[in-house]
Amino acid sequence: MVLNNNIYETIRMIEKEKLDIRTITMGISLMDCINSSAGEACRRIYDKITRFACDLVKVGNEIENEYGIPIINKRISVTPIALIAAASGEDHYGEYAKALDDAAKEVGVNFIGGFSALVHKGFAKGDKILIESIPSALQETERVCSSVNVANSKAGINMDAVKLMGKIIKQTAYLTRDRDSLGCAKLVVFANAVEDNPFMAGAYHGAGEPETVINVGVSGPGVVKCALEKVKGEPLQIVAENIKKTAFKITRAGQLVGNEVSKRLGIPFGILDLSLAPTPAIGDSVARILEEMGLEACGAHGTTAALALLNDAVKKGGIMASSSVGGLSGAFIPVSEDEGMIAAVKNGALTFDKLEAMTSVCSVGLDMIAIPGDTSESTISAIIADEAAIGVINNKTTAVRVIPVYGKNVGDTAEFGGLLGYAPIMPVNPFSAEEFVNRGGRIPAPVHSFKN
Amino acid sequence: MKAVITGVGMDKVGIFYRVTQILAEKNVNVEDISQTILQGYFTMMMLVDLSRMTCDFSQLKDQLESLEKEIGLSVRIQREEIFNYMQSI
Repeated sequence: MVLNNNIYETIRMIEKEKLDIRTITMGISLMDCINSSAGEACRRIYDKITRFACDLVKVGNEIENEYGIPIINKRISVTPIALIAAASGEDHYGEYAKALDDAAKEVGVNFIGGFSALVHKGFAKGDKILIESIPSALQETERVCSSVNVANSKAGINMDAVKLMGKIIKQTAYLTRDRDSLGCAKLVVFANAVEDNPFMAGAYHGAGEPETVINVGVSGPGVVKCALEKVKGEPLQIVAENIKKTAFKITRAGQLVGNEVSKRLGIPFGILDLSLAPTPAIGDSVARILEEMGLEACGAHGTTAALALLNDAVKKGGIMASSSVGGLSGAFIPVSEDEGMIAAVKNGALTFDKLEAMTSVCSVGLDMIAIPGDTSESTISAIIADEAAIGVINNKTTAVRVIPVYGKNVGDTAEFGGLLGYAPIMPVNPFSAEEFVNRGGRIPAPVHSFKN
Repeated sequence: MKAVITGVGMDKVGIFYRVTQILAEKNVNVEDISQTILQGYFTMMMLVDLSRMTCDFSQLKDQLESLEKEIGLSVRIQREEIFNYMQSI
């Protein structure tokens, strides 16, 4: 029998420290749904998703019941719709978004990702149409998530796409203005997007992925924070070691659940994404981990170093625990979804610029940040360009999910509800980047991309 | 298939009796047991074998969880693998 102490520790991690499996995401290829008739393609998409994912929620609940570990979300990612819809000749892909939304509702998943386009080197015919369809698609659907990859380390930054996305984000904010511009919370602009990410809103099923796959995202900021409480005042290598050990245990739980879901559904297990993903609940915050290391508040000088240590230690612990680590794997810093980040923004400790610095060492980017509704398109594009540059130069994934909350300004708060949380509106730099953004074109790939 | 049952509650007469009664009715074999009283709280841990169980897992779980109402014992049952997996390679 496992030692009693270990049993109590596992139960404590689940019950008191909010250890959970954040998401089981089923990736489904829609390549065989391509059709010159949009109606026929959408029918095939709906049929395929509902056929493959019909038992996803049921199996997830069964496993949660048997192992006693909460599985918070069951989700689906699909092939980027720009690739699927291009054959149709339509000039708007709203019908495809609707088909995805209907399928998601039918099988009971809370989000479906893949209303996406990959345009890091340029636009194919379907890409432009898809991107132009994003604002109304996000307005008219409930569960569809969208992402656009505008840059990567091999191709550089597509500045025409960056410029366009500033406009698209503003339009999405306007069309969903009755819900604090919620549509923008379901839209991610990536650099170096990964094909097997299970986390929303940026999940899509890459073209190099198998027919269907199960990807799992674990979480556990609360567990890491509690582990660090036991090494107060110790040197930082001890802190790193402690995070590593904890990440190992968290990842093992994810590996077990992933294997079991895969076995029961008869679908291959893809990757385990060992990201620390916070929620707005008390005790489930990445910011509080950084503060536990000795910062008065998240955002203080030293935060970037603390986050770098955390991100690296999480990866090291996780890699030891699973043979198939992938996705984004690290620490997420979404402002509205992290109680500690929200508090740090409110008390003035955490600024937009500090968040940008933190994204150079975290696992994703500027995430769930509410900014004034009157922020210009070009400023949003410039924010995307900065973030893409960090990703491209450092060979890492970066992303921007900012919400220019329509009608709100600094001092107000945006409410998104549920796991998406709430956020105080943060000021952005008031000086213009319009001329820079309007140049368009391409920022060439960095010299270190020429490895071959 | 094996599972770990853990329970915490105020100590009183017949706690073990009720838990094992449910297990016996469902043909679940107890392989290991430990129990202690911590500051008046009864805490127990059992390793059980479910391979010849006569009901399904969720029925057994529901019945064990109903003991909270009946005798004030909070009971959890979880498959053993979760503990092994998380604590060892």
